[in-house]
Amino acid sequence: MQDHCGINRRGLLLGASALGLASSLPLRASAQTPRKGGTLRIGMADFSTSETLDPTLMDSQFQQNLHWQLRNNLIEVGPGGVLIPELAESWEGSKDAKTWTFRLRKGVTFHNGKPFTADDVIYSFNLHLKEGSKSQARPLLAQVESMKADGPEVVVFELKDANVGFPAITSAVGLYIVPNGETDFDKGIGTGGYILEHFQPGVRSVVRRNPNYWKAGRAHFDTVEMICMKDATARANALLTGQIDAYNSVDAKTVSLLQRGNAIRINRVKSKAHFAFPMMVNQAPFTSNDVRLAMKLAIDREDIVKRVLSGFGSVGNDHPLSPAYQMYSADIPQRAYDPDKAKFHLKKAGASDLRVQLHVSDTPFTGATDAAVLYKAHAAKAGITIDVVKEPEDGYWSSVWSKKPFCATRWSGRVNEDVIFSLVYSADGIKAGWNETRLNDDRVNRLVADARREFDTEKRRALYGELQRIVHDDGGSNIFAFSDFIDAVSNKVTHGELSGEYMLDGSRAAERWWFA
Amino acid sequence: MHVVLSISAKRLALGLATLLAISLIVFFSVELLPGDLAEAVLGQGATPEAVAALRHELGLDRPAAVRYMAWVLDLLHGDLGRSLATGRSVAELVADRLGNTVVLALAAAAIAMPLGVGLGILSTVYRGRAFDRVASTASLAGISFPEFFTAYMLVAIFSVKLGWLPAVALVGTGESWLQRLVVLTLPALTLALAVVAYVLRMTRAAIVGVMAAPYIEMAQLKGISPVSIVIRHALPNALSPIINVVILNLAYLVVGVVVVEVVFVYPGLGQLLVDSVSKRDIPVVQACCIIFAATYVLLNLLADVLSVLSNPRLKRPRQQV
Amino acid sequence: MNILGKLNRAPLSAKIGIGILAINVICVLFAPWIAPYAEGQVVGDPWAPGLVGAPEGDLAPTTLLGTDHLGRDVLSRLIFGARNSILIALLTTTISFSIGITCGLLAATMRGTVDQVLSRIVDVMMGFPTLIFALMVLAILGSSIPVLIGVIALLDATRVFRITRAVAMDLEAQDFVEVARLRGESIGWIMRRELLPNAVSPLAAEFGLRFCFVFLFIATLSFVGLGIQPPTADWGSMVRENAAAISFGILMPLFPASAIALLTVAVNMIVDWAVASTSGVRNDN
Repeated sequence: MQDHCGINRRGLLLGASALGLASSLPLRASAQTPRKGGTLRIGMADFSTSETLDPTLMDSQFQQNLHWQLRNNLIEVGPGGVLIPELAESWEGSKDAKTWTFRLRKGVTFHNGKPFTADDVIYSFNLHLKEGSKSQARPLLAQVESMKADGPEVVVFELKDANVGFPAITSAVGLYIVPNGETDFDKGIGTGGYILEHFQPGVRSVVRRNPNYWKAGRAHFDTVEMICMKDATARANALLTGQIDAYNSVDAKTVSLLQRGNAIRINRVKSKAHFAFPMMVNQAPFTSNDVRLAMKLAIDREDIVKRVLSGFGSVGNDHPLSPAYQMYSADIPQRAYDPDKAKFHLKKAGASDLRVQLHVSDTPFTGATDAAVLYKAHAAKAGITIDVVKEPEDGYWSSVWSKKPFCATRWSGRVNEDVIFSLVYSADGIKAGWNETRLNDDRVNRLVADARREFDTEKRRALYGELQRIVHDDGGSNIFAFSDFIDAVSNKVTHGELSGEYMLDGSRAAERWWFA
Repeated sequence: MHVVLSISAKRLALGLATLLAISLIVFFSVELLPGDLAEAVLGQGATPEAVAALRHELGLDRPAAVRYMAWVLDLLHGDLGRSLATGRSVAELVADRLGNTVVLALAAAAIAMPLGVGLGILSTVYRGRAFDRVASTASLAGISFPEFFTAYMLVAIFSVKLGWLPAVALVGTGESWLQRLVVLTLPALTLALAVVAYVLRMTRAAIVGVMAAPYIEMAQLKGISPVSIVIRHALPNALSPIINVVILNLAYLVVGVVVVEVVFVYPGLGQLLVDSVSKRDIPVVQACCIIFAATYVLLNLLADVLSVLSNPRLKRPRQQV
Repeated sequence: MNILGKLNRAPLSAKIGIGILAINVICVLFAPWIAPYAEGQVVGDPWAPGLVGAPEGDLAPTTLLGTDHLGRDVLSRLIFGARNSILIALLTTTISFSIGITCGLLAATMRGTVDQVLSRIVDVMMGFPTLIFALMVLAILGSSIPVLIGVIALLDATRVFRITRAVAMDLEAQDFVEVARLRGESIGWIMRRELLPNAVSPLAAEFGLRFCFVFLFIATLSFVGLGIQPPTADWGSMVRENAAAISFGILMPLFPASAIALLTVAVNMIVDWAVASTSGVRNDN
C-alpha cells in the first residue's frame, strides 16, 4: 500500500502539450532496428482487483497500459508531446475553432474482424457523453455540442464554444475506440497491437501480438505479461533477480542502489506531474492571502526535492505549469524559502502563532507524509505550527482531498494548459469537483475563456502568463515540486526516445519497446 | 463418543450463528467507512452526477438493511453474488485465491507445527540446559522481526545474493507441483518463522506446568527417564493447551497472511480482501470474511473436540462445554 | 528475601535481561537528554553510513549508527523510539491482559450463559481477520495513538481470553477446585486463589510474547498505511520505513529490528526467571 503512484487515480486526462513542444528529455534514442519476439514482463505498481476494461471506468496505470495494448485513440501523443495521427489520419478546425473534422484511417480492423468506421468513433465517444454516464472524461467532452459521421471515414465535432486545443483532447485516457455496439468490454476487443489472452484483475494480464496490426514498426513482443506488484521492494527484487523485465514507480531512494550493477537501467523522464499542499481559499485562516503567502514562503522546496524525491524532480513555483508546457512563463521569479518574509506576512494578517492542521497520507504520492513532516520543520522557523495528521491511505480521495481545508495532492500532467487551468482553477472547476482550492477569481475565468479562442500563439502565451502569475500570487495551492517519472528496466530491453506523458513510455511500452 | 457428537453439533450451530453475526458486523462496518463503492471506483474528482449514476446502477441507493437481506437470501440459495466493481462472479473470484491461500498455509504449517511442538518437547526434556536456552532465544529473536522484514531478509539472502529461490511467488501459469513448491519456499518459511517460536514456547510452558503435578514427582522418584516422563506422562496432560495453540496458529496462517502476500506478490485471499475493503466492494468483502470466519470456527470446533478427547475428565456429562 | 539478594542469585540470562531492560528504561525516562539529536532533526544524507559499518576511508561519519531514509540520526530515533514504543506496548499489553484474564477466568468459573456469551463474542472477534478488523476500526475512528492502543488491546485480549479459559477449564476439572467449590468458596475466591496462580505460568509466557507482538503489529499496520503518526519515532515504523534498503545490502533497518528483538528476548528472559522462581517448579533456567 506504500506505493500508489496514483497518477491516474485522479483520473484521466492526459499528459503532454498538445501543441507539441518538447515535454520530455530525449532519452537514449536508439538507432537499432526493432527486433521481433520474446515475452515482456512488467511489474505494475498501480492496480486494483476491481478493474474492468470498460473505457469509462479509469482507475490505474495497469488499466491504462492494458487499454493501450488492446486499443487505440484517434490521436496518440508521442515523445516530446507531439500529436501523432493514430486512428485519425488528419484533423482540421474551422476558423472560429468551433467545428473540428477528423478524417479516419482506412483498412483498419478490430480483433474480431470487424472493419473500423466512423460509427465506432461516435459510439465510443458517446459512452462518455451520454446522459447518466459515469465517465470521468465527461467534463472534458462537455464542450461537444454534437458529433456526426460524414460517410464511414469522417467524423465532425461541433463544439459549444471555441477551443483551439480540442484535437489534443481526443488523445486522452479513456477515449479509446471500441467497436460500435460493444457492451462486453472485458473481451478486450480493440484495434491495438495485442490481443487479450488472460486478464485477472489485481493479479495479471497476458496479451499476444496482433498479427494484423495496422501500425507499421510497432508491437514487437510475442507476448506481454503485466504482473500486479504493490510493494516497491518486491518489484525491485523481482527485477534484480530477472523475474520481470521492467517496473514502474521506482522508489527514488533506491535509484542509486539499483544502478550499482550493469543489468538495470533507470529511465528517468521529466514530467508535468506536480505535488502540492492546496489550501482552500474560502476557509479560515486561508481566506487571507497574507496567510497563504506565508505558508508558501515557509516551505523549503529544495529540501523536499532533495529528500523526498531524492533529487528526481524540480522545484515548483506555486502554479501548475512546468517548463514542459509550451506556455510556461519564465518571467515569474522563483519563490524561495524565506521564514522572515513569512513572519512579516503573518504579522500583516494578524496571525502570528499560526497553527494549522495538514492532512496527508501516501495515497496522493509516495513520500507525501515525509514531505509534510519536513514542511512542519521548515514552517516552525517562521513561527507556524503545522500539525501533521496522517489519514488512512484507503479512501483518501473521497474523504480527505478537497474536503479538508489543507491537505496533500498530486496532479498528473494535462494535455494542455487549457485543461489544467479550466479544470482546477476556474469556477467551472468548482462545479466539476476538481477545484481543490476553491479559487474563484473573475480574472481567471475570463482569461481561460479568452485563451480558448486565441489562435495566435504569442497572444495565447501572454494570456497564460497572466494566469500563471495570478495563481502564483493569489492562489491557494502550495505547489512545491514537479516529479520525474522513474522506471527501472532490464538492459535487455531497448527503445527509442521516451515519452513523458506517463510512466513506461507514456503507458505504451508494450507497443514501443523491444528486446535487443 | 455421543458426547463428542452432541458437542460438535452444538458448536456447529453456534458456528453458524457466529458467521451470521460476523456478516452483519462486516456489512455495517463497511457501511460506516467513509465513502462508498461509487466514490472509490470513480476516484478523485468524480462528479456528483457520475457518483449518483453509478450508485443507482449498482443499487447502492437502496437502504442498507434491504441490501443486506438480499445478500443473505442469495447466500441461502448458495449464491455468493457478483462483485459490484467488476460484475464478475464472487465465487469465481474467490475460488482460485482461496486455493492459493490454503496451499501456502499448509506448506507453512508443515514446516512450523512439527518444528514448534518438537522443539518445545525437547526444550522441556533439556530444560535449563544449553539447548533449551538457545532454542528459546533464537526463536524469540526470530519472531521479533516484523514479517515483512523477515521476508525481505530471506529474499535478500536467498534470491538476490545467492540466486537459489525466486524473489516473488508468481503462480497460476500451469506450473508443476515441484515448481510450485520451489516458489512457495520463501513465503512458507517466512510464515513458519512467525509462528514456530509461539508454538515452541506455549508447548514448553504447558508441559512445564504439568511437571509440577505430584504424579510426575512420583514418576521421577521411580527413576523413569526424563524423556519418558515428558512424553509419556506430562505431554498427554498438557495436550489441551498445546492443541489450542497449534490450532490458533493454523487459523492465523490462513487469515493473517496479507503482508506475506504483498511482499511475495502471491495472489491469495488476504490481498483480495484488503483491496475490496478499500473499494467498498461489499459482496467480495463479505465472501472473504465468511471464508476466514468459517475457517476459524471449524478449526476451533476441532480444537474443542480434541481437547475433550484428550482430557477424560471433561467428558463427564456434568460439565457444559 | 530482599530484591537485591534475589537478583544476585538470578541466573545469568535473567541478569542480561534486566540489564537490557534497564538501558531501555533509561532511554524511556531520559530520551531528550541522552539522544545526540532531536527526534525529527535532519543531520545528513539519506542512509549515510555511521561509525558502525562505514566503509574504510569514507569521510568521517558524524553519527554512530548512520542516518535513516530522510537523513535523520538513527541512534537518536532509536532512543526516542524506545520511549514511544515501550510505553505504548506496555499499556496495550496491560489492558489486553486485564480484560482477557478477567473474562477468561469468569467464563471458566461461571460457565453457562456467561461463558457462552463471552465465548461467542470472542469467536466473532477472532473470526475476523485481525488486520482487517484493525484496518476498518482505524479507518472509521482515525489513526490516533489512543485508538491504536484500544484496538490492539482488544484484539490481543481475545487471545488471552482463549488461553486463560482453556487453562482454567482444565484446572477447573481438577480435584482441588472441586474441593473449594464444595467448601462453598465464592467464585471470586476460586478465581483469585485457585485458578489464577495455577494459570500464571502459561499466561506469563504469553505476556512476554504479546508485549513484543504489539511492536510488530504497529509495524504491520504502518505497512498498510496506518499506525503511528509521523514524525513520532517508533521502532516498528522505523523498520518499515527503511526495510527496502535491506535488498541492497544496507543494514540500517537491522538496528531498530534488533532493538525490538533485544527487548523481546530480555523481557522473556526475565519472565522465564520470574515464572521459575514463583511457580515452585524446580527449573534451573
